Amino acid sequence: MNKVKVLKKGRFNSALFSLNPEFLLLLFIYLFCIATYTSSLYFSEVPPILMRGIQPATFPKGLIVLIAFLNSILTYLYFTTKTASNKDLPRIFYKTIFGLFMFVFVSHFIDLFLALIIFSFLISYWWGEKNILLILSLSIIFPILVFVLFEVVLGLRFPSGILTNLYYN
Amino acid sequence: MTENFLYMLAPIMNGKIFLILLLGTLFGLILGVLPGLGPTTGGALILPFTMTLEPLSAIILLTSIYCAGTYGGAITAILINTPGTPAAAATCLDGYPLAQKGEAARALGMATFGSAFGGIFSVIVLVLFAPILANIAYEFGQPEYFALAIFGLTMLASIGEGSPVKNLLAGAFGILLSTVGKDIMTSVDRFTFGVGQLTEGIGFIPVVVGLFAISEMLVQSTLTNQIFKRVAMKAVKLPTKEDFKYCFKTILRSSGIGSFIGILPAEGGTVASLIGYSEAKRWSKNPNKFGKGAIDGIAGAETANNAATGGAMVPTLALGIPGSATTAVILTGMIIHGLRPGPDLFKEQPEFLYGIFGAMFFANILFFIMGFFGAKLFARITLIPSRLLWPMIFVLSVCGTYSLNQSFSDVLLMIIFGVIGFVLRKFGFSVVPIIIGLILGQLVELTLRQSLVIFDGNYLLFFTRPIVVAFFVLSVIALTFPYLKKKKHTYFKNKKTN
Repeated sequence: MNKVKVLKKGRFNSALFSLNPEFLLLLFIYLFCIATYTSSLYFSEVPPILMRGIQPATFPKGLIVLIAFLNSILTYLYFTTKTASNKDLPRIFYKTIFGLFMFVFVSHFIDLFLALIIFSFLISYWWGEKNILLILSLSIIFPILVFVLFEVVLGLRFPSGILTNLYYN
Repeated sequence: MTENFLYMLAPIMNGKIFLILLLGTLFGLILGVLPGLGPTTGGALILPFTMTLEPLSAIILLTSIYCAGTYGGAITAILINTPGTPAAAATCLDGYPLAQKGEAARALGMATFGSAFGGIFSVIVLVLFAPILANIAYEFGQPEYFALAIFGLTMLASIGEGSPVKNLLAGAFGILLSTVGKDIMTSVDRFTFGVGQLTEGIGFIPVVVGLFAISEMLVQSTLTNQIFKRVAMKAVKLPTKEDFKYCFKTILRSSGIGSFIGILPAEGGTVASLIGYSEAKRWSKNPNKFGKGAIDGIAGAETANNAATGGAMVPTLALGIPGSATTAVILTGMIIHGLRPGPDLFKEQPEFLYGIFGAMFFANILFFIMGFFGAKLFARITLIPSRLLWPMIFVLSVCGTYSLNQSFSDVLLMIIFGVIGFVLRKFGFSVVPIIIGLILGQLVELTLRQSLVIFDGNYLLFFTRPIVVAFFVLSVIALTFPYLKKKKHTYFKNKKTN
């Protein structure tokens, strides 16, 4: 991650154009505004008698312009005021994000409860719990308790999958 | 009047509702004690489960979590120097030094008493002012409502966390999210991209749970190396006669400050406790003791943050404008139960509203008793390691979010908003304005369009209505206030150095 020099107030520094995460976020917000504004151009228009004050696209368009305007203020502040460098995120964070991706994949294609059990186990382990027996029992027992609470007490039906089918069949 | 008083007693007269109140208070205390959770995230987490309850029980559960959770933060602040909730940040300043001196019980006693006093004081303010405000708002037309909603949104500029511009941007993003789906006035699809699930709009629960619970889980993943050291304590002590005499004026002042700050839209306990603390220091006989274990510092901060709970419910219930982050969650709860807070609710369902007032009153008494006798036990909860706690919260978040529509897309949306929330928080944005924007978005658009129908498309006619002009002036003040405050601060700083 790039380190950003501390600037004097009011000075413009082109070094800040580098791939600083904050700069990337500002760019992303501009791209978001362009994409949503373009999308709003394709909203259907209604005849004047039905439009109730303004066309359906007008209000979102106004909001997008406002977001872009506020983002331009942030961009100005980014280039002219002191910017502290962002600290690197620890590896555990990226593992957690990976865990979330895995959860989505497993729950969508295999089984929601299996995904919950795997995710709970991995997060506890990655975050530093080394008592395997404890995390294994906790990551199995807790989702089962929640399943029972929702299924039996609240009468909810969960999506079918390897484990849930064992119960439903 | 007598009828309303009887409605207020409903939470203790009805066994089922009393049990919910008791559970809500207990749950709120536990949530408040756990750093990273608190009443807002906890409320968001419990929100899907309230769908199985009747509206009154559901909102009583959420409000009791709000009252007790706000107090619970003080236990962690005093014993482990980590605020359980953002509103307890100022409590750390004197609570922990006092605990280190071996006076944790005295510090907790003052925090418990101050919180309960502030909370009860604010409920009285709520009972007195909410109906008056609702009566005034009853006369409002669409243009006035539009101006009021704009004022509520501009107040985001001066919200506790984050820069004003970032808060406003997040608020605008929240309103933009509310436009996703079928336009309610013309049925035209907006930002649906052909996805069937999006035609109904973006659901509140996936956004709320994602932005609060999942983003917090990601924040906690970056803090796994944190080690908490808990100060030992025997039992909570009630304030002594001397402490009581010494702090009474501070408690009274902070009750007023907290209630007033709470009433302001979008402000909340965090701002109230900081102002309560600084005012306690300003009026203290021993201001040099502040930061080193001043008992009046704890009283000032804790009374103010709990006094903000009742205050924040005033605009929430009377106008439908959230007074704080947690009331935004409560408002979401009311909306998903088919209730739209505002003047009409006061006319049509007084038993519901006075039931909530009563629940808040008794929640303050209950957490006082629970805190007094169980603080030592609750303090032990802080020892639950986050590596075991957060996977369980994730399981609850997933099942809760799924349960609402039995749709996996909601779970996916929750995770997406969790990641968005984390990124925004990492860069100094607050996620609270997104929720407030999402809640108020529909009101803003609807009232704007209905006003334009009344005004035949002439925007200038907004300025012919005095209440609208007054709200617009207040909005300008709200927008410029953080800038002026900064200027004033720099001016006095420069003057001091010269």
